[in-house]
Amino acid sequence: MKLRLKSVKISNHVGGYMSSKLVSLVGVSALALYSSMAVGSKYNLQEPQSIIARETYDLHVVLMWICVVIFIGVFGVMFYSILKHRKSLGYKAANFHHSTSVEVVWTVIPCIILVVMAYPATKTIIKMKDTSEAAITIKATGYQWMWGYDYLSGEGEGISFFSKLATPKTQIDNKEPKGENYLLEVDNRVVVPVGQKVRIILTANDVLHAWWVPALGVKQDAIPGFIRDTWFTADSPGVYRGQCAELCGKDHGFMPIVVEVLEADAYAQWVSDQQSELVAAEEQAVADADKEFGMDELMAKGEQVYATVCAACHQPNGQGIPGAFAALDGSELVNGPVSEHIEIVVKGKAGTAMTAFGHLSDVDLAAVVTYERNAWSNETGDIVQPSDISQFRN
Amino acid sequence: MAAVQDHGHGHGHDDHHPTGIMRWVTTTNHKDIGSMYLWFSLTMFFIGGTLAMGIRAELYQPGIQILEPELFNQFTTLHGLIMVFGAIMPAFVGLANWQVPMMIGAPDMAFARMNNWSFWLLPVAGSLLIVSFFVPGGAAAGGWTFYPPLSVQGGLGVDLMIFAIHILGASSIMGSINIITTILNMRAPGLTLMKMPMFVWTWLITAYLLVLVMPVLAGVVTMLLTDRHFGTSFFNAAGGGDPVLFQHIFWFFGHPEVYIMILPAFGIVSEIIPTFARKPLFGYSSMVYATASIAILSCFVWAHHMFTAGMPVTGQLFFMYATMLIAVPTAVKVFNWTATMWRGSMTFETPMLFSIGFIFLFVIGGFSGVICAIVPIDIQVQDTYYVIAHFHYVLVSGALFALFAAAYYWLPKWTGNMYSETLGKWHFWLSMFFFNATFFVQHFLGLAGMPRRIPDYALQFADFNKISSIGAFGFGLTQVLFLYIVISCIRSGEKAPEKPWDGATTLEWTHLPTPAPYHSFETPPVIK
Repeated sequence: MKLRLKSVKISNHVGGYMSSKLVSLVGVSALALYSSMAVGSKYNLQEPQSIIARETYDLHVVLMWICVVIFIGVFGVMFYSILKHRKSLGYKAANFHHSTSVEVVWTVIPCIILVVMAYPATKTIIKMKDTSEAAITIKATGYQWMWGYDYLSGEGEGISFFSKLATPKTQIDNKEPKGENYLLEVDNRVVVPVGQKVRIILTANDVLHAWWVPALGVKQDAIPGFIRDTWFTADSPGVYRGQCAELCGKDHGFMPIVVEVLEADAYAQWVSDQQSELVAAEEQAVADADKEFGMDELMAKGEQVYATVCAACHQPNGQGIPGAFAALDGSELVNGPVSEHIEIVVKGKAGTAMTAFGHLSDVDLAAVVTYERNAWSNETGDIVQPSDISQFRN
Repeated sequence: MAAVQDHGHGHGHDDHHPTGIMRWVTTTNHKDIGSMYLWFSLTMFFIGGTLAMGIRAELYQPGIQILEPELFNQFTTLHGLIMVFGAIMPAFVGLANWQVPMMIGAPDMAFARMNNWSFWLLPVAGSLLIVSFFVPGGAAAGGWTFYPPLSVQGGLGVDLMIFAIHILGASSIMGSINIITTILNMRAPGLTLMKMPMFVWTWLITAYLLVLVMPVLAGVVTMLLTDRHFGTSFFNAAGGGDPVLFQHIFWFFGHPEVYIMILPAFGIVSEIIPTFARKPLFGYSSMVYATASIAILSCFVWAHHMFTAGMPVTGQLFFMYATMLIAVPTAVKVFNWTATMWRGSMTFETPMLFSIGFIFLFVIGGFSGVICAIVPIDIQVQDTYYVIAHFHYVLVSGALFALFAAAYYWLPKWTGNMYSETLGKWHFWLSMFFFNATFFVQHFLGLAGMPRRIPDYALQFADFNKISSIGAFGFGLTQVLFLYIVISCIRSGEKAPEKPWDGATTLEWTHLPTPAPYHSFETPPVIK
């Protein structure tokens, strides 16, 4: 197996790194050090990149050491006893069986240790929960199986995109060598400025998901129908990678999160690029709204949308997975009335894995419905136009 | 205490019972039922273990090789359900069936016919779980915690799982009522509560926990069932419900459940350590109080499983403090075991080895538990391999090692034959080695950021996963050795002496012959 990446970090922090052996070595000894000296290590929490991640790292190091000391103390006594107090050495058993004073002492001492542990933790928790006065607010929405991002306020307001796994299926199926950021790469990264407080608002479209970026010290469940929030302020520019952390079905392992932290001016540049794309897209949407598309155009676009949105469950060949996900090839619904087909795509089907896809644009929906009705062995010949979708919505 | 009395003779009606299969179907004898529980749980242990081997085989290297993601999720889900409800819990109930009457000087369980029924429900539930792999859509794939809305999406497999849980719950509730009634009403004259063996005490407390929380589980799966099929919206936000409500109810059951699986293990170890140290248990009454405190505290800490679900800061603080508090009675227990060993006259037969292994590894699981209780750290390790490592240290090297210790300790009493001490020691040391190879490295995987329940992973996790998989295959194979040891003990083991453990002081060793007769203590012994 090709394992070129002996000690790759999840976060591709800018700056070169020592040889992999050395990194591992430092990694082990990092247990002894504090977060300021932390490096990428696969033996410990990732190198912290925010105040919360730093405090968490420090807490973990301190607690680890307390545990190690107690462990050595207790088992030192026990193993001394195991070595010395053996029948085979002729040791005669004593007969004591309680001592109130000793028992009180060893009940009180753990209590004191726990207070010592709880105090710094409490301070960090209070800090973690303070999501006020954020410079930028981004809504992250979990979908089966990708993330949607909407920049709600602050610099970049109005930007909105989906973010999906970029690792090709051929790598997952072992038909191609795996790339450096295998399973941790996406098509559209979440971009934020360095040193600014970013508040992430979370929700989900279908089932529970969790938005987790270890280096930023953030993990929060995304719950359909409810809003949760969390925050981070990134210490330095870089790319930080995480994954969905709440089981969300078949492709739970395939919906990573990638946060790219930029300097202020680079961020401003990104925002203006995104916004001009946004304007162009809006103009396009207005133009498309009444446009009559040809079959070929819709089929080509529909195939793309299908591959992105639908194929994970219904499979690229439209056969679905028997018992779990319905087949579309030859399906009665897909070959039946157009209006019912549109309805199930836009609104979903309650009690099944088929969730609503009304968040897609009219053009995308028209294209994908057209595609499904004319792909594989389906030959309805129907052409669905964006105007049909907007009519349905109204 | 008095010399061994042979109750097997002079009654004339002792061993008459149907033979063949009908003996087992109709039996009301606590020893027969205990044996069936133990064989059932061993069977489920191998089935759950096979699923674990599938999981580790898929995770042996990056990429998808053996299990497609959907099937992988079915494996992890059923592995958890089968091990918790099919292997560990019935094994403890089986031990209670065999041992509680003999240790308190009672002739049988209080409700003998209900005892038969509580057992025979289990194979039904177990079959439902296994059959669910073969229905359209396959088995439940939403994790053993089956959080909605994901578990609302699943197919027939989820319904089979829900029915299986209903049946297992009914069985557990009946079993616990039986145990409580037996212990409270059928103790030999003079055996006051504070003279009971620690195993009996821990089971009494466990049985109360079961009666408290199993109905809660039954309630939550029923709500899930009606959400799935009858249009209710308990857990569906679109209908006014809340998915997080499910988690609160589930973990109100689920956290006491983990103590249900560990308290009887504490009891076993508290029997074995004094026997092989030839010295009374240190701090008997503080052990009783510690067990009771753990049980009570366990009902107030459930939301520590939900720190990332989002809750007010006061909620996080309360559940963190309450969880940390459990470390105190647990520490007291470990200190007491150490003090029991201190200045004893120890020998290290297999039951003792597994008990010491239990303490050593359970404490590691306890420490990682304290670390998980600290909210900021938990936020990082929640739903990662760190948590997997933590609860396997508690459930495998905790509950399972204690069960092995119990099996070796009491096999001579049950079968009249000795197991092979050499093979028993091999079983221990191989289990110890492969268990740690499997699970110790998972701490690092979790810290470095590998989520749980994923069929494929990023490349930096590759080498630890390979070690873990090799360890798991070794651990799985080692358990076949255990099966061999048990079978050869029963069929061709050397005849056991009347009292193979000279330090044993409980009634089954001091007042009954070896092997224990089919009916024991028809006349209760008198305890001074």
